[in-house]
Amino acid sequence: MTLIPEFQAHRVFVEPWTTELGSHGLMALVTFLVGATCGLIGNFLILRRMALVGDAISHSVLPGIALAFLITGSRGIGAMVLGAMVAAWLTHGLIELISRHSRLKQDAAIGIAFSTLFAIGVVLIAVFADKVDLDQDCVLNGELPMIPLEPSVRLGGWVLGPPPLLRLVGVLLVSLVLLVVFYKELLITSFDPGLAACLGIRVGMIHHGLMLWLSMVVVASFEAVGAILVIALLILPGATASLVTDRMIPRLAWTTVHAALSAISGMHLSVAMDCSPAGATVVAGAGWFCVVWLFSPTEGLIPRAWRLRRGSVDSRLRSAELSHNSELS
Amino acid sequence: MSLETGNSGNVPPLEIHDLTVAYRNKPVLWGIDLVAPAGKLIGIVGPNGAGKSTLIKACMGLLPCSSGWVTAFGRPVTQSLNRVGYVPQRESVDWDFPVSVMDVVLMGRYGRIGLFKRPSPEDRRIARECLEQVQMLPFADRQISNLSGGQQQRVFLARALAQESDLYFMDEPFTGVDAATESAIIALLQGLRSRGKTILVVHHDLPTARTYFDWLLLLNMRVVAFGPTEEVFTPELLQKTYGGRLTILSEVAEAVRGQGTLT
Repeated sequence: MTLIPEFQAHRVFVEPWTTELGSHGLMALVTFLVGATCGLIGNFLILRRMALVGDAISHSVLPGIALAFLITGSRGIGAMVLGAMVAAWLTHGLIELISRHSRLKQDAAIGIAFSTLFAIGVVLIAVFADKVDLDQDCVLNGELPMIPLEPSVRLGGWVLGPPPLLRLVGVLLVSLVLLVVFYKELLITSFDPGLAACLGIRVGMIHHGLMLWLSMVVVASFEAVGAILVIALLILPGATASLVTDRMIPRLAWTTVHAALSAISGMHLSVAMDCSPAGATVVAGAGWFCVVWLFSPTEGLIPRAWRLRRGSVDSRLRSAELSHNSELS
Repeated sequence: MSLETGNSGNVPPLEIHDLTVAYRNKPVLWGIDLVAPAGKLIGIVGPNGAGKSTLIKACMGLLPCSSGWVTAFGRPVTQSLNRVGYVPQRESVDWDFPVSVMDVVLMGRYGRIGLFKRPSPEDRRIARECLEQVQMLPFADRQISNLSGGQQQRVFLARALAQESDLYFMDEPFTGVDAATESAIIALLQGLRSRGKTILVVHHDLPTARTYFDWLLLLNMRVVAFGPTEEVFTPELLQKTYGGRLTILSEVAEAVRGQGTLT
């Protein structure tokens, strides 16, 4: 038995796009949709320094989903989102409660709140295992390989695809619409909430709206990649994009590029290593992050070090130009 | 609009009545009462922890008040927000944020653009004009982290201008800026005042406070004095504001001596 499976180029690079398109191709499409949707909203979490809150919410959503399932007895996405939202709110409230009424700082409060709620979720699922048809393993790691096996939805003569795929497409479309409609409000409340409030923009509403949107994205992503990997896909695409560009719109575009690259390379990696496609996607995404971190022309470690070595002359020229400009102004 | 405010002195641009603000049951501001005159450049001075920034944040409705009320142009501030502009402290935002100088100035227009809409060409024209006024137009497309402290402050000021308000609150606009920017800012503020706007500025430096502002608010948790600079800038009142702090006292003495030779 070998640790790493034998490398078969044809199986790894060609078959996923030909004979295996219906399974591996579809899985790559699903992880791309998850990465793009999570990445878009993740950009705003990063800018608001709420990356950890995203982590907390993606975990504590578990008891919410379990409770929603217990109460309604269905796996309808509406009930799930509602349960997830309540849990998200609860987490948020708990974090505030702990950090305000104790000596603990916010990071410790986050650590307490989400792990507690997550554990409650695990316990709930275990105790009510006969009533809750939620597989613990699937909740944690996703059921990506199962998605292609689900019967496709048909509309007229068209085969649209399995329901989770359609839900993700729907959530991505909703996210794009929200992004376009509320772009200005999201931008200003992230950059300068004080000014936003003084311009009459409801900062609190935007915040709660963002949490609602996040709950929806997390629930939809859940069944594909599981609770543990959602956080990676919330942060990695946006974080990578932030090292490529310093403007918002290009950053959102690069976020989806990163999601696509991670999805495709993750799929090949999972075929080659014969491992969980969700895990492979995140590993691939982290790999792309490292590549960009090292080689990005503007922010990359290596180009920066190269510039430092080559040119104190250049930097002196640049600072001279800057001071010249400020004298002009 | 601005001329109206300047001339009809009936409705004061800002009225604060019995305002008390507390952080976790510890009061920071006590029973603030004042009526700001229109068309004046008003400095807010006082020692560290006197509640200067808290006062303007409370006026803007950014902090909950334990008691009292604030009105702008005769209506609660939250109802006259389109006539109130705000310049927060420069350090209060993340300058690595992925936006250009132009984007930041356009944010000043967001209150007027309204929900679901994008900045119009007219908004862009106004934003460019405001950038021109602070001599930052050549930097319009730069990402904001590439700016010096003074340039960042000018961008904030341009954004406030783009708000086209009648009453402005500015939180330490002179902190960490170069001399050229400081004089550019003060000229700009004087220009706004001459167009009938009322500007309240939190200020740290006593000697310049005397020359920059028409009116002064001496603040130390309570209002120590509020009135025209020449009446309020006295050793007694300043000592009352700053207490017995030695370094400050000598600064005050110096400032007052400077006043003696000038007037």
